[in-house]
Amino acid sequence: MTAWDQVVELLSSPLMQRALIAAVLVGAAAPVVGTFLVQRRMALMGDGIGHVALTGVAVGWLVGSWAGLVPQDALAVPGAVVAAIVGSIVIELVRERGRTSGDLALALMFYGGIAGGVLLIKVAGGTNSNLISYLFGSISTVSTTDLWWTAALAALVLGAGLGLRTALFAVSHDEEFARASGLPVRFLSMLIATIAALTVTIAMRVVGLLLVSALMIVPVAIAQLYARSFSRTMTAASVIGVLVSVTGLVLTYWQDIPPGATIVVLAIVVYGVGAAVRPLVRRTAPPRDPHPDMVDDVLLVDDAVVDPPSRTITG
Amino acid sequence: MSSSVIEAGPVVEATGLGVTIGGQPILAGIDLTVAPGEVLALLGANGSGKSTLVRSLLGVIPTTTGSVRLFGAPLGVSAPWDRVGYVPQRLPAASGVPATALEVVTSGLLHGRALRRPHGHRQRALDALTDVGLSDRAHQAVQEMSGGQQQRVLIARALVRRPDLLVLDEPTSGIDIPTQATFVDTVSRLHDAGTTVVVILHELGPFAPLIDRAVVLRHGRVAHDGPPPRARGEHAGEWHDHTHAHSHPEEPPSPFTVEVLP
Repeated sequence: MTAWDQVVELLSSPLMQRALIAAVLVGAAAPVVGTFLVQRRMALMGDGIGHVALTGVAVGWLVGSWAGLVPQDALAVPGAVVAAIVGSIVIELVRERGRTSGDLALALMFYGGIAGGVLLIKVAGGTNSNLISYLFGSISTVSTTDLWWTAALAALVLGAGLGLRTALFAVSHDEEFARASGLPVRFLSMLIATIAALTVTIAMRVVGLLLVSALMIVPVAIAQLYARSFSRTMTAASVIGVLVSVTGLVLTYWQDIPPGATIVVLAIVVYGVGAAVRPLVRRTAPPRDPHPDMVDDVLLVDDAVVDPPSRTITG
Repeated sequence: MSSSVIEAGPVVEATGLGVTIGGQPILAGIDLTVAPGEVLALLGANGSGKSTLVRSLLGVIPTTTGSVRLFGAPLGVSAPWDRVGYVPQRLPAASGVPATALEVVTSGLLHGRALRRPHGHRQRALDALTDVGLSDRAHQAVQEMSGGQQQRVLIARALVRRPDLLVLDEPTSGIDIPTQATFVDTVSRLHDAGTTVVVILHELGPFAPLIDRAVVLRHGRVAHDGPPPRARGEHAGEWHDHTHAHSHPEEPPSPFTVEVLP
């Protein structure tokens, strides 16, 4: 079989088609949110939301089994959406207060989220393998309904993240100035928290809740090795997100390896290579005086004796 | 927007302003009115509440008592934020994501309910950078710039919306002399065009000729409001380097005066 035949075979599998669309959507959306999170120094926020979302999955499952829904986990994704949004808003409120106790409050929430999820999913009649699919992703079993959810949420995330990117940049870059400009700082911060929560729930299918944050943050880390502006960092991160997600997924078509972990390891390898070759690739600017217009205002002994009036700066 | 409009009322009006942070009263009973076109210096020792006052006037931190009006409107989303330009003391500590001078200045075009960039944003931001002499560094990341250059980016960010009120927080502290001169030139030009200026200063320094009025804060209260305090004796010499604040006109402090907070 030629390579071309293999590609055709891959693309003609409906399962693979759905998985690829999901990978592209998530790969593009996650780093957009991740760029704002890194700028706000909240790179681990996605991780925290992921932990809390597991409880949401379990609660959705529990409600589904009580209501006798088929399949049992029909409400798992809506449950995750609700829990993730609530969790992200609590994290944002804790950040806003800026208290040291916030650190502990977050830790309680994260571990409570995971433990509560594991416990509830057993109560709801779930198995360990159900749990594993949420923790580490199950992109190969994406259903058409899942895909619609993913597409709708990804559109929401990209619409808000790109449409309001200047305002979100302003509030993430310098919150004090944003307040002094009368911008609705709280609304914008909550918006970032909410789109981060939505991203977590859509990325849950692809890489799993435990690795969600990696897909949001690692492409940004790769992009900022080379980019010199905010908008280029965001664009490059998004492109890298799509590339590693699709490549990772395609690898799992031929090799029996878990897609979520493959995508994340791939991204980290790209980061490692990028960081290693950076000194070689990045053009080194010739050394120059960074302040050519600067007046030498420190008098040295060797300088000619200067009388006070000429100390006035005319430059 | 336009500076030519003649203002009827005060630009800033604070009545009975008090700020308490964490149970600690920082400001109490501040009444402050700034008239259009005035250049007002806020003086005082470290910890006297200068920055807190400016921040509460601009809604950065909430006031505990009293009220603030900007151009006659109470603080809030409906205040005329496009007429206010704020220059903080420095950029917040850098995060990992780079941002160019152009991107930072462009963010100054957003205010109040205007959450998207207006038309012609790029040209306006470039013009503001040219005004502060950084047109050739528009695409350089601010994180790679020196402190003085970052300060200029911050003033460009405040000027890009062409404010009628410019608020500067210690623009000359820790800044090289050429950048200080740029600041004074810019402020003097804006003052001539009718802009109202409120500037926090540790010492009058190069701003001295521009200052119409000085408000001195002590322990969170107004200790002096009137003509700028004059330096005395040898301190008034033309070539004397001022290294301390003249906190009160009646008692020229020795250079070693230290204000001890309660």
